[in-house]
Order: sequence, then C-alpha cells, then structure tokens
Amino acid sequence: MKNLDSIFAAYLIAWGVFFVYFVTVARRTAALREEIERLKNLVNRGK
Amino acid sequence: MTQDAIAGALVLLLLGADAYASFFVAPTEATMGPIQRIFYLHVGSAWTGLTCFLICFIANLLYVFRRRPRWDWLGVASAEVGLAFTTVVLVTGPIWAHPVWGIWWTWDARLTSTFVLWLLYVSYLLLRTLIEEPDRRALFSALFGIFAFLDVPLVFGAIRWWRTQHPQPVIMGGPGSGLQPTMRWVLLFSWVALLGLMTLLLRHRYRLEAMRGELQMIEREVEGA
Repeated sequence: MKNLDSIFAAYLIAWGVFFVYFVTVARRTAALREEIERLKNLVNRGK
Repeated sequence: MTQDAIAGALVLLLLGADAYASFFVAPTEATMGPIQRIFYLHVGSAWTGLTCFLICFIANLLYVFRRRPRWDWLGVASAEVGLAFTTVVLVTGPIWAHPVWGIWWTWDARLTSTFVLWLLYVSYLLLRTLIEEPDRRALFSALFGIFAFLDVPLVFGAIRWWRTQHPQPVIMGGPGSGLQPTMRWVLLFSWVALLGLMTLLLRHRYRLEAMRGELQMIEREVEGA
C-alpha cells in the first residue's frame, strides 16, 4: 500500500497525543487528590 | 471508578471500530489513494476540536453573566481538550499534505486561521497561569475565550469564502460538493467515536478543575485557622 508509513505515522502521533494528554490529566488529578487529603487531615487535626 | 472504566472501555471499542472502518470499510479514494484515509482522523479531530471551542465559548458566556465557578471549570476543560484535538489536526494535516501537494505547509486561509486558533487557545491557557486571584482569572479568561472564539467562524468559512490550497468542503459545501455515501458514513462514525473520546477527556479534565476549586477552599480554611 502506497504511503502506508505516512498513514501509520499520522495515526501513531494522533493516538500518542491523546494518550499523553490523558496521562497528564490523570497524574495532575492524582497529585491534587493527595494534596487535598493532606490538607483535610491538617484541618481535622487542628479542630 | 467502575463507571470510568466502563466509559473508557466503550470509548476504546468505538475508536477501534472507527480505525477498522477507516482502513477496511471506506473505499480507496481514486486520485490520492490510501493516504486519503488520514481524512477520517483529520476531519473528525477538526470537528471535535471546534465542538470543544463551542462548548468553551458557551461556558465563557455563562461565566460572564452568572459568575458560577462551574462555568469557568468547563471553559478551561473544554479549551484544553480542544487544543489536544487541534494539535492532532495540525500534525495530521501536513503528513497528508506532503505526498499529495508536495509541500508540508502553506499559509493559505484555512491553515493559517487554524494555526491562529491553536495559538489563541494556548494564550487562553497561558493567561490563566498569570492571574493569581481566582475570580479575576476566571473573568479575564472568559472574556479572552469569547474573543478567541471569533476565529472559529473564520476557520469554518475560510475554504468557502476564499480560494485555498486546502480542499474545498465536502460537507455543507453547497452545490457540486459531496462525499461518496460509504465515505460519508465512515466520516460521521469517526466523528461520533472522537466525540466519545472528547466526552471522556472533558469529564476527567473538568473533575480536575473542580478539585482545584475544592483545594482553594481548603487552603483558605487552613489560612483562616
């Protein structure tokens, strides 16, 4: 199939962009969840 | 968590079926050959990106008039997800263009307005990092988001109003335009699959922004204690 490498590259890069973006959102969410838990514990200890 | 897993599996299934349809169901285009199969991913991502920016625009307007944080959260979430889809458009376009046009890029109206759109939403996200105070940040970025959306009709109209290197529209292009029926169905299916992916990403990104709001509230509580 002619230009198969270009088609393959386009799909690979596209799914790569979506995958990397999804991973960054998941990592940011996990870090934020940890921070919220830490602060909640701090508030509860202060009460 | 289970709901997320089911939604993720469904989206993956849809995307797999979409890839199958793009490669094995859609017929090979007569002039360009197999490289034209990028079309389904390229156009589907472009429509999905524009859908995100429309959601962002509506959320920005609602924030300006109602001042509810949730509209700010939806605005930033849809801008970021739209940017991911537009990045895919800007990458897959040149990969398709090179074997067909003999060039990677040209500054025609459609390509330039799409690149400007990408820059505008990058600026929207950068602007948010420059303002500390949450209410001011939400208001300024909502106003900037409304301004940024002005480029969307330009992107849509560029291939209808001006002669461009980019092909003329095959959908809503007026008399003489059109798409072979199987190709049209595969394109619509690709869009549905990518809308599924958009919904999944938007949901996660919105949740992240809502958590940031919660964090700010707790921080204020800690500072006040």
